[in-house]
Amino acid sequence: MAQHTESVIAAGGHRAARNPVAILKPIVWIACLAPFAIIVAKIAGFGSLGPNPVEEVLHTMGKTSLNILWVTLAVTPLRKLTKWNWLLRLRRLLGLFAFFYLVLHFLTYAALDLRFDWSWLWTDISERPYITVGMLALVLMIPLAVTSTKGWQRRLGRRWTKLHRLVYPIAILGVVHFWWQVKADILQPLIYAVLLALLLGYRLVDWRARERRSRAARRDAAQRRGGQAVGR
Amino acid sequence: MARRRTERIKPSEITSESAFFNRREVVRSAVALGLLPAASKALGAAMPPDGDFGELAKWPGSVEEEPNAFEDITTYNNFYEFGTGKGDPARNAHTLETSPWSVEVTGEAEKTGTYTLEDILKPHTLEDRVYRFRCVEAWSMIVPWVGFPLGDLLKRFAPLAGARYVQFFTLNDPSQMPGLRYPVLEWPYREGLTMAEAMHPLTLLTVGVYGKVLPNQNGAPLRLIVPWKYGFKSIKSIVRIHFTETQPKCSWNMAAPQEYGFYSNVNPNVDHPRWSQATERRLGAGLFSPRVPTLMFNGYADEVADLYRGLDLVKNY
Repeated sequence: MAQHTESVIAAGGHRAARNPVAILKPIVWIACLAPFAIIVAKIAGFGSLGPNPVEEVLHTMGKTSLNILWVTLAVTPLRKLTKWNWLLRLRRLLGLFAFFYLVLHFLTYAALDLRFDWSWLWTDISERPYITVGMLALVLMIPLAVTSTKGWQRRLGRRWTKLHRLVYPIAILGVVHFWWQVKADILQPLIYAVLLALLLGYRLVDWRARERRSRAARRDAAQRRGGQAVGR
Repeated sequence: MARRRTERIKPSEITSESAFFNRREVVRSAVALGLLPAASKALGAAMPPDGDFGELAKWPGSVEEEPNAFEDITTYNNFYEFGTGKGDPARNAHTLETSPWSVEVTGEAEKTGTYTLEDILKPHTLEDRVYRFRCVEAWSMIVPWVGFPLGDLLKRFAPLAGARYVQFFTLNDPSQMPGLRYPVLEWPYREGLTMAEAMHPLTLLTVGVYGKVLPNQNGAPLRLIVPWKYGFKSIKSIVRIHFTETQPKCSWNMAAPQEYGFYSNVNPNVDHPRWSQATERRLGAGLFSPRVPTLMFNGYADEVADLYRGLDLVKNY
């Protein structure tokens, strides 16, 4: 997915008369930092976190992480459908923001709920399946954040693409984490699940189409070779 | 059969401890006030037109802790008939019509029928009772409720010997309750207690909070407060009381029987299958306050533990 992106981006970037990424990047920064800024403002006393402030911060961080991760996962389908190849240049920033909120989500839980009682954390991880899957998602996302740089991308080459496919199970774990703590109203996690199914489903369809094309191309090549042999 | 048996034993004739103490309380408050009119306002309970119950007898068993702010109590609610978000009831419950209100009494009792809210309240003395309130979601509040012991009301209906349980139903009117359009739970919302639990002097039929009429989002005009059980047992906006011989169906138990039992007593030693019940987050305590330990029977063990003697509380969660 990513190995051919550099050239595509370069080509797309040159073709565009103006550079939309230059305008969009600050917008992405502002949009992604807004939920954090709002929470910080509320903690500072501008506005209210409501009667259950820990829950408010915890849920805001968790849901924002999911929201941004879903946008990150929408980049590839959107790019392919619109041919706006420059979209790809926003993906790392989005992915890192999803990670940023996931870390804040965890820190809120560890600091405000557990008060850094690590034995309690271990009990939660081993006994509460929704926390187990949530922690797994966090741990799996660390290598993706670390290797998100151009240097690591170059160093890992094809393996980088493979490694970053971890984002698919991470997203699934995110939905499961949400679903497993809802009491009865599954509407919200259901919406995330349906959107994720669309985002991942697109990739599956796209991948199968590419497989078919490459098989056909191989068959054609083999036929051509066979024809040449007969002719000779 | 059941009817014949009751001719010999009349459960309604037994004076409960709470009724006994109530009379003393009334006398004491009347003496303290020194004025008969003031005392009579407390005596013949009614819904005050201005929404303020005025001077109320302070129940001596109230918890010492500082009650939660009125705003906490009235903006952070689980009342799925008005939406599943905590803020939804406060936003949406204005469509609830609480006057006129009546309650249908059915099942194993002599005096079944339809009672208006005025009928229900009239002979009772309202009290100001500060209780702990513990939600199954592991948050809690301290709430100054206004009400009177449910048992005093139930006795007026002369339950028969066959009345081993009491079931309660919430209003089920989609035109007033937008949340009923979604099948989140099986409507109408219903809850139940054993007769002993229902007659316990701590079980409060509640009409107010902070000396004022209950806001709609808190279950106006008439709700239950069973302080040693998880909050969902304390059913709101009651329109029917049903005496029954068999254990009644309860909405959360119907939705997820492995997670919400019939008893649903607050118990720090029995976790919800998905989360711990050992501690709770006290609402209004601020962002940096630690969770507090959850108490057995929500701190009412001395009063209610006897109800469950010999019962395996792990199995009967």
